[in-house]
Amino acid sequence: MSASKTDKPGDGLVIAGRHFSSRLIVGTGKYKDYAENAAAAEAAGAEIVTVAVRRVNLTDTQAPMLVDYIDPKKFTYLPNTAGCFTGEDAVRTLRLAREAGDWSLVKLEVLGDKKTLYPNMIETLRSAELLIKEGFEVMVYCSDDPIMAKELEDMGCCAIMPLAAPIGSGLGIQNPVNIRLIIEQAKVPVLVDAGVGTASDAAIAMELGCDGVLMNTAIAEAKNPLLMAEAMKNAVIAGRQAYLAGRMGKRLYADPSSPLAGLI
Amino acid sequence: MEIFVNGEAQAFDAPLSVADLLNRLGLPRTKIAVEHNLEIVAKSAYDTHELGEGDRVEIVHFIGGG
Repeated sequence: MSASKTDKPGDGLVIAGRHFSSRLIVGTGKYKDYAENAAAAEAAGAEIVTVAVRRVNLTDTQAPMLVDYIDPKKFTYLPNTAGCFTGEDAVRTLRLAREAGDWSLVKLEVLGDKKTLYPNMIETLRSAELLIKEGFEVMVYCSDDPIMAKELEDMGCCAIMPLAAPIGSGLGIQNPVNIRLIIEQAKVPVLVDAGVGTASDAAIAMELGCDGVLMNTAIAEAKNPLLMAEAMKNAVIAGRQAYLAGRMGKRLYADPSSPLAGLI
Repeated sequence: MEIFVNGEAQAFDAPLSVADLLNRLGLPRTKIAVEHNLEIVAKSAYDTHELGEGDRVEIVHFIGGG
């Protein structure tokens, strides 16, 4: 087969009417410097990068900025609300992001606990409602609870992004059953966000039927981030292809691959 | 007059527009967003939007994040 199914135009990722051919979204935090960060995003084949909104450094206003390395015209910037613990903080942050970049596609992430960085779903639901009313297109980081995921989708979130495991933990998909339930009921894209540690984790997410994977630490903290970025790109494509191909059934006992008929 | 920029008190001569403030700080207006007393200031209003004594201004930009 010359071209993979994922190369066909029909199999792209569509979020809020925007078409992407890559199903891997990468974060831009924790890198050695912005140059390595840009190279990793490139190696991952990502088209969307998550970014944070923070105060400018007034003591060094000539310091390099992210936009100087990762071109917002080339990559879709997905501003996040990382570090926000209330709906008000999240809305305030994203209003600023919209003014800074003129983008309405955002990643909502309202945390509930500093140690686990687990999402506060009550505040998340409240913020999502506020943001959608203000015209934002909200991709939402959430717990892997199918009921919460459904509430967020019904409210109008354009992508549901349950965690695989705590942010930055690298533990992989801890609850594949719930991720699968969320995927089956959703009519908007479902992306695993947070907790992926290595390529097989990303492949498993895609084999479950996820529409995409969002990761940061797994690439940034790899000993060779560029090589890991490429591995993640391949894993997401492989997982997607395996999902589309439809895996074989599992059996308890062996089934010979060579025919038994005609044995000498 | 004193203005709180990103939480720090700084002294400036009045009158001072948002554009004046960005010029004094040496910040490129295309790469940042400004909030004045919790309200977003549209980029198109930087030249005319005046700041006053005791005002709180937040200037943000995009940095790496997950």
